[in-house]
Amino acid sequence: MTKTPTALKVLDAVSVLLLAVAAWMVFAYAPMERTMGLVQKVFYFHVAANWVGMLGFLLAAVAGGAFLVTARARWDLLEVAAVEIGLAFSLIGIVSGSIWARPIWNTWWTWDPRLVTVTVMELIYIAYFMLRQGIEDPDRRARYAAVYAIVGFLSVPLTFLSIRLFRSIHPVVITSTKAELSPKMFQTFMFSLFTFTVIFAALVWHRFRLGQLAQRIERLRLDRES
Amino acid sequence: MSPTTADRPVTGLWRATAAIVWKDLTAERRSRELLSAMLVFALLVILAFNFALDLDPKTRSSVTSGVLWVTFIFAGTLGLNRSMAAEKDRGCLDGLLLAPMDRSAIYFGKMLANLAFMLIVEAIVFPLYSVLYNVNLFLPGLLLIVLLGSVGYVAIGTLLASMAVQARTREMLLPILLFPVTLPVLIAAVKGSAAFLGGLPMDEIRPWLNLLVVYDVVFLAVAFMVFDFIVEE
Repeated sequence: MTKTPTALKVLDAVSVLLLAVAAWMVFAYAPMERTMGLVQKVFYFHVAANWVGMLGFLLAAVAGGAFLVTARARWDLLEVAAVEIGLAFSLIGIVSGSIWARPIWNTWWTWDPRLVTVTVMELIYIAYFMLRQGIEDPDRRARYAAVYAIVGFLSVPLTFLSIRLFRSIHPVVITSTKAELSPKMFQTFMFSLFTFTVIFAALVWHRFRLGQLAQRIERLRLDRES
Repeated sequence: MSPTTADRPVTGLWRATAAIVWKDLTAERRSRELLSAMLVFALLVILAFNFALDLDPKTRSSVTSGVLWVTFIFAGTLGLNRSMAAEKDRGCLDGLLLAPMDRSAIYFGKMLANLAFMLIVEAIVFPLYSVLYNVNLFLPGLLLIVLLGSVGYVAIGTLLASMAVQARTREMLLPILLFPVTLPVLIAAVKGSAAFLGGLPMDEIRPWLNLLVVYDVVFLAVAFMVFDFIVEE
């Protein structure tokens, strides 16, 4: 358990390699956007980061459901890993979006529905950690956290998706200019998504192992005390 | 616990739910501590808004629905916190859990009681607000939105309150857990109320109504499914 599995080492190496290739594609392969210029390049990693954030929250909800059904601690560890990484990547998404918005919208921030929902999503998962901190009994903590991961995902992330799906109700100010992407841009975009997904898998795995180790230390300490 | 439920091996869901609602309402009728606190708090919030937003007739029309909903959810949080804390502190929750009935009855009972408190507060705030600010709030559509919004808010609020009450920082924790999760309901309720108050055509209101109904159903169903895991010991 203490030694890093070979598969994870390979995954780490692949992630680094993919990230290097993705960065090269973003800056050298994809053509310069005509109106927005250099800042448009934020778009590739911005969407990829948000995608990973969403993936993390979805995985957390699924792991939460699995924990409630099976009551096995590993699902709880997976859930924490997924939320933590989802939170970090959503933050990357928000910050990179701000960097793009500054020259394009001439402001760091607007109260667009999508921006609001993403921010509230961050708040939900910050609350998730406050909930975990507030409860001492490990079994109860895991159960409550699982419930909150499910409820939280049903609430805001679902709204976020529905804003994308039902555009007729909500105006969408940010245009991903997907339809206007040139083939090279589209390839770069898809490659970034893929890269970030692989990085996500590697990070979740690492965080999961960290959780396992923390759990083991806690058990050893309890054994010594008793 | 009423003795009638203890005599029987298993009480049906609806009977048990009704017993819990009745218990909460009776306790409240005798003590009157929850409703009075919620009401005074609600009025204070409205007064605070009055100074903070300078509610002159012009701005008023555009912010009325927002003011009302913030008042309702703040007062509602007070009620949710108190209703679960009372069960926990006096050991009533253990009694409820030991009772031979479906545990969903605890959820539905508490939910309906909380809903009743919230609706009572709203029923008093509405005419008061109408008189104080000289607007007619008694539009059938608006009342429907208020009902749907309250159901959604209380449905998820009761679930989260029963989690928060077990935490070290419970009074602080509930709003932090509840407000972001309940946001879809709140947005739909505020927008829908504003649309009714502004007399917009039904086409523009229906999406918000749909969203409210969807979230009411989703929250109720999820809370119903996971409540057992929260009270399980």
